Amino acid sequence: MSELVLMKGNEAISEAAIKSGCRYYFGYPITPQTEIAEYMSKRMPQVDGLCIQAESEIAAINMVLGASSAGARVLTSSSSPGVSLKGEGISYLVGSDLPCVIVNVQRGGPGLGGIQPAQSDYYQATKAMGHGDMRLIVLAPNSIQEIIELTSLAFDLADLYRTPVMILADGALGQMMEPVDFDKLQPREIPEKTWAAVGHQNKREPNIINSLYIEPKDLEDLVIERYKKYDIINEKEVKYEEENIDGSDIVIVSYGITSRIAKTAVDKLRKNGINVGYFRPVTLSPFPAKRLGEIADMTKRFLVTELNMGQMVDDVKLATKCKKPVDFYGRTGGMMPSPDEIYQAVLRTLK
Amino acid sequence: MGITSIVAAGFGGQGILFMGKQLALAGMYLNKKVTWLPSYGPESRGGTSNCTVIISDDEIGSPVTPNPDILIVMNLPSYIKFHGSIAKNGTLICDSSLVSERSSREDIDKYYIPATSVAYKNNMPKLANVIMLGKLIAATNIFTPDELIMSMQKSIPSSKKDLLDLNIKALDIGFNYKE
Repeated sequence: MSELVLMKGNEAISEAAIKSGCRYYFGYPITPQTEIAEYMSKRMPQVDGLCIQAESEIAAINMVLGASSAGARVLTSSSSPGVSLKGEGISYLVGSDLPCVIVNVQRGGPGLGGIQPAQSDYYQATKAMGHGDMRLIVLAPNSIQEIIELTSLAFDLADLYRTPVMILADGALGQMMEPVDFDKLQPREIPEKTWAAVGHQNKREPNIINSLYIEPKDLEDLVIERYKKYDIINEKEVKYEEENIDGSDIVIVSYGITSRIAKTAVDKLRKNGINVGYFRPVTLSPFPAKRLGEIADMTKRFLVTELNMGQMVDDVKLATKCKKPVDFYGRTGGMMPSPDEIYQAVLRTLK
Repeated sequence: MGITSIVAAGFGGQGILFMGKQLALAGMYLNKKVTWLPSYGPESRGGTSNCTVIISDDEIGSPVTPNPDILIVMNLPSYIKFHGSIAKNGTLICDSSLVSERSSREDIDKYYIPATSVAYKNNMPKLANVIMLGKLIAATNIFTPDELIMSMQKSIPSSKKDLLDLNIKALDIGFNYKE
């Protein structure tokens, strides 16, 4: 058996990025993700990489754009208010078809909000991270082991599809320690980056990285082409986890840290004779809509639970075409529900 | 052993998070599932500090618990905040040199040890937390002293190897302390 290491989520993201070949990190400190910058400042010089504490989040995301243009694997991270600042740069990265990995260790909002764990950037991450017709791939780990696996996957998906990929974590996952096993990482085969702007030495046409298209027809064509890529991602990259779905009276839908708490509630409910299923989207974008659509015919109702005011409820209703009732229980502002609160919410919903 | 949840709480600087991490590490080395979740933010910069450790034979769902099986407490504010939350039939390990109150709960096991004064008396003022750990494993059966020592040996950074013997001594003092 390979060796287990006890690691914080933030450290695990950083080490997994380095093990995935990331040699550039640009960021600006903010609780609860500062350990990423701290770890990178120590580790990057050891692997001949570069860690820069930028003068702001906006500077950091534009450094990401530069490094990515030159074909590098590059990471930036922040927490909710800081991620908002990166929005413009992320849109430019999408508009330039540039790969990168962005980590959001969410805290309570809006505004400066708080510093305790939240999932209230779900809408932002999955629907409106930047202006324009655009999507990100959004991955939502729920354990430290999954954090390292999804960080490795994020770099691969970013390069394969030439798109920014977001790891959507939260303060609890960032701060929490669990044993991890780095030997379990399974990198994919990545094609050479022939598009990178690395100097053509008069041997080929220059590669141009750009997101400005004055001619509307050109821009439309490009956006339509990019949406074909999103269709492929939707077809091939959806990930989810499910348990005891068929014939259940209710299915709890939850992701990230909340899915752990929900799982404890589900186990206890089942022990007490309640026929409850569990569904966890691992990719929030692409959303496992097709599978949830099938599940709508296999259960009687849904309960969504997250650390916000019910932002995923819309997606579950759309996916299930409102065939079955979709209820919600959540806490927000940095509060975390206890397993018993979710337990009681299920009992109330079933009444 | 099933699943055991532990809350360690006290002032920032007492080594509360370290204490929790040692327990998580010992669990990990014994091939158990473990989680360690600290309080973070302003409280970790000098105010009260706490962490929740869960050690389990099976996959761990929630890393937080409203009712820990064990509370290790090293200051009064934390005692006030957490003592009522200890699960029925749970265990309180209390540094009685810093917490003047005594629990009137009849449904928990209570252990008092003046760990901070004992640490000073033994010329190891920074190791009150390890003395508390010693008392914890004497009071419960979550780990044997050998298991915790093995975990310390494996996890101690090479730059601090010279502190290992002192830590083992502190563990021993806590383990053998009689009220």
